[in-house]
Amino acid sequence: MSRTAKALAIPAALLVAAEIAVRLSGTASLAVAPPSSVVVALLAALGDGTMLAATRDTLACAFGGLFLGGAIGLVLGLLFGLVRPLDRLMELTVEAIRPIPSVALIPIGMLSLGFGYGFEIAIVAFACVWTMLIMTRAAIAGIEPRLLEVSRALRLSTPQRIFKIVIPAALPRIIVAFRLAAGFALVVAVTVEIAANPQGMGYGILIAQQSLSPQLMLAYLLWIGLVGYGLNVLLSLAQKKLLGRAAMVEVRR
Amino acid sequence: MNARRALWLAGSFLVAAGFVWLWQWIADHRLISPVFLPGPDRAWAALVKGMTDGDLAEKLFATIRRMIYGWLLASLVGIALGAAIGTSKVLREYLAPMFEFLRPLPASSIIPVAIALLGLSEPMALVVIAFGSLWPVLLATIHGFSAVEPRLYEVGRALHLSRPAVILKIALPSASPDILAGMRLGLTVALILSVVCEMLAGRDGLGNWILLSARAFRAPDLYAGVILLGALGYVSSVAISAVEHRLLIWRDRAR
Repeated sequence: MSRTAKALAIPAALLVAAEIAVRLSGTASLAVAPPSSVVVALLAALGDGTMLAATRDTLACAFGGLFLGGAIGLVLGLLFGLVRPLDRLMELTVEAIRPIPSVALIPIGMLSLGFGYGFEIAIVAFACVWTMLIMTRAAIAGIEPRLLEVSRALRLSTPQRIFKIVIPAALPRIIVAFRLAAGFALVVAVTVEIAANPQGMGYGILIAQQSLSPQLMLAYLLWIGLVGYGLNVLLSLAQKKLLGRAAMVEVRR
Repeated sequence: MNARRALWLAGSFLVAAGFVWLWQWIADHRLISPVFLPGPDRAWAALVKGMTDGDLAEKLFATIRRMIYGWLLASLVGIALGAAIGTSKVLREYLAPMFEFLRPLPASSIIPVAIALLGLSEPMALVVIAFGSLWPVLLATIHGFSAVEPRLYEVGRALHLSRPAVILKIALPSASPDILAGMRLGLTVALILSVVCEMLAGRDGLGNWILLSARAFRAPDLYAGVILLGALGYVSSVAISAVEHRLLIWRDRAR
């Protein structure tokens, strides 16, 4: 058997088993639906545009938050990485704020920003800041010291040193950090929608459950899975394209 | 060297105190409405009052219990499954692609499905938490087991070890750094999912507490809850670091 056949064998068997089990039980369940009707519901929801609109809302918030939080994290990470005393002075503050679970900010966001895009973007941004900050700082700390000696030998000014030596040397790891943060961004966006914000795919799946239509709920679950998988594939392609061989850099955890 | 480290720590404490003072100053001058941002004094008072007279401590323990049970369940299942899959090439070829598809799926998106199947119940929360924190543990275990130095397996064969003995004596210790890293990530996920489940299902706990406080515009109570959740996140990360250090001490010694 080829690799693809092996990869598809078990999911296909599970789907067929689910189809037969649901059909044989014969009762109209409020929690499960046969895979065939899930596919029908998925195509219907994609066809009438509701699911695509929900996907747009979720991705807009995920990317909005990713860029906002990523930019803040990048700037802070560069600053902390380049100015060591600042990093040490901010240590306690960062370590006190960072462990707050992003979902704990949902009620604060609800109270002060109200429902909508801004609220969701703010929470996604909070979740993305830390990954970028920590990994950018580590990337700068991990720069080959001889490169910095070169910059001293060439008598580069500080801005020249930052733009010609530090950023290019740290870039591969910064891009890896960005990819990790992008994964978090989608997860946090969907979570915020399920927990509170009435828009997007997370809200769609919640409403499908509450209106007792399991086929639509499972269709949303499948779609969220596909979007997450697609995003992941796109990001790793972009990473390889942007970095070439440098993409193989090890991520220190 | 230690004295310098202490000096920097004192400096960073002063900076943090400065931020708290800034927060107090903003709240006192009402630059942000006190409905949204109570001062640290009021949040602290609400925290102390909730812990002594109120049932905040009870809610904290409910959240901790839920998080730990879900995480332990996920860790047990993840390590057992990961050991089986990581040591068998056949299982890996059949199952790994499916896991690659499931991995990026936001764990919170199965909450509606779990509610439909199990209702707004405690088992529902447990299943969701365990499902979410299963992935980091499972994938890290598979990776750890498949990355074991092949010569160690040859040693096992030469000693005529049985398969369970190989797993327990050779593969598990050698994969333990990966497994612990996965469990650390799983613990973070477990905390987040506990909070979300409490918010959605109304189970008693800190997640429910902060949501209800926000709906009733009791901002000091809300901030008290968020401070506790931050502390919980911090303590759990410190605790697992300590365990990691303790369990992996042999590796540092070997170097």
